[in-house]
Amino acid sequence: MTHDPLLAGLAALAADAPDGLLDRIAARWVRVAGPVGEVFVAFTDEGVAYVREADEPMHAGPDDDARRRFTEGFRRRFGRPLLAATRPPAGLLPALRTGRSGGLRLDLRGATDFQREVLEAVRGIPRGEVRPYSWVAARVGRPGAVRAVGSALAGNPVPLLVPCHRVTRADGEAGEYVFGAATKERLLRAEGVDLDRLRRLAKDRVFYLASDTTGVVCLPTCHNARRITPAHRHGFRTLAEAGSAGYRPCRTCRPTGLAA
Amino acid sequence: MSEIDCLDPVRKALLDDLDEGFAELYGAHRGVVFSTALRLCGRWADAEDLTAETFLRAYRAVAGYDAARIAELRPRAWLLTILMNIWRNCARAKSRKPPPDLREEPVDTVDPREGVEEAAVRHETGDELAGLLALLPEEQRAAVVLRHVVDLPVSEIAEVLRVPQGTVKSHVSRGLKRLRALGGAR
Repeated sequence: MTHDPLLAGLAALAADAPDGLLDRIAARWVRVAGPVGEVFVAFTDEGVAYVREADEPMHAGPDDDARRRFTEGFRRRFGRPLLAATRPPAGLLPALRTGRSGGLRLDLRGATDFQREVLEAVRGIPRGEVRPYSWVAARVGRPGAVRAVGSALAGNPVPLLVPCHRVTRADGEAGEYVFGAATKERLLRAEGVDLDRLRRLAKDRVFYLASDTTGVVCLPTCHNARRITPAHRHGFRTLAEAGSAGYRPCRTCRPTGLAA
Repeated sequence: MSEIDCLDPVRKALLDDLDEGFAELYGAHRGVVFSTALRLCGRWADAEDLTAETFLRAYRAVAGYDAARIAELRPRAWLLTILMNIWRNCARAKSRKPPPDLREEPVDTVDPREGVEEAAVRHETGDELAGLLALLPEEQRAAVVLRHVVDLPVSEIAEVLRVPQGTVKSHVSRGLKRLRALGGAR
């Protein structure tokens, strides 16, 4: 039509958006097997951002409903489009299967600084062990902020991957959980946590276990505490009492003073 | 529902499912939005940021729209209006800072994944003109880019830039005149 080289030159300046750009805008979702039923997982180019149950026993209804709740929950929280993914992000399935998610990238941009610190601290709790809320508060340098830790964990965007189910009440009860208290208990038992024993210990006012062979005092589920034979095992109510008896805190579970 | 049936696929999809609709919206308009962003900013990385921000804001806005508002949406003009607002705000913010030294910071319009040969060929044609575009005053650059790079009709440009059609035409013709003069001067 026109042979004006300037107009032809301008028309040639059009360029398509690079292929990867959509992934900077939209998140992707998959439905995969979790340790206790299937879960919906949303992830961005920065990592996994949101995990929710796909089969919610309290909301029996068509499959589509659970998906819709997940999508709407994600939208409220992140304000980002959510599209179906063709495959789960690398490392997600092993992390869910083994309960070890240390190497998985997480996108915690939606969290407050305090919440991110709490989540990072909780990420380090190994499978098969539990820590009291006060332990987390001490880890983030705010020993008085036990309730704030509870709220931060209640709002955990990525349960299972940040194992907030491994933060339990000092009295040996599992306590509240994003997916419900019953699921928390089921998860912990599946990971080999002996909740009945923790309750018995708490009833006897024992919150720390020490070994007179190593001179070390631990939280009861620490893998070092589990190795103590009954003959050498001593229970304590407070860390101060264990300290006066000559025990030093374990460097693995790093017990803090206010478990009870 | 017959009113919905005669809508284009993008608006139909947005009404049906916000997220699937967004994918349609992105697929239909990614080229126009990115081309406009690239030729307004001049830098590839800035154009990616501007495009991403435009679509993100569009999504957040449309999440709050009711069905009637979505049905009467003109997606392309609406997206470009959002883009222009962000670009103007950025440009304003930048003008408050001291200007960058252009000799130290060459204008980068190159797709990082482009081959050396392709880049060399394009360098002789596109880069020069893109560089000249950057010399136009903002409103002329915007009008020329929307009219001749992404081929929008004058009426739609008037809507995007929120000026009368006559003003669009005069921005375009002054812009072209200036580009010819700049091109001939070298």
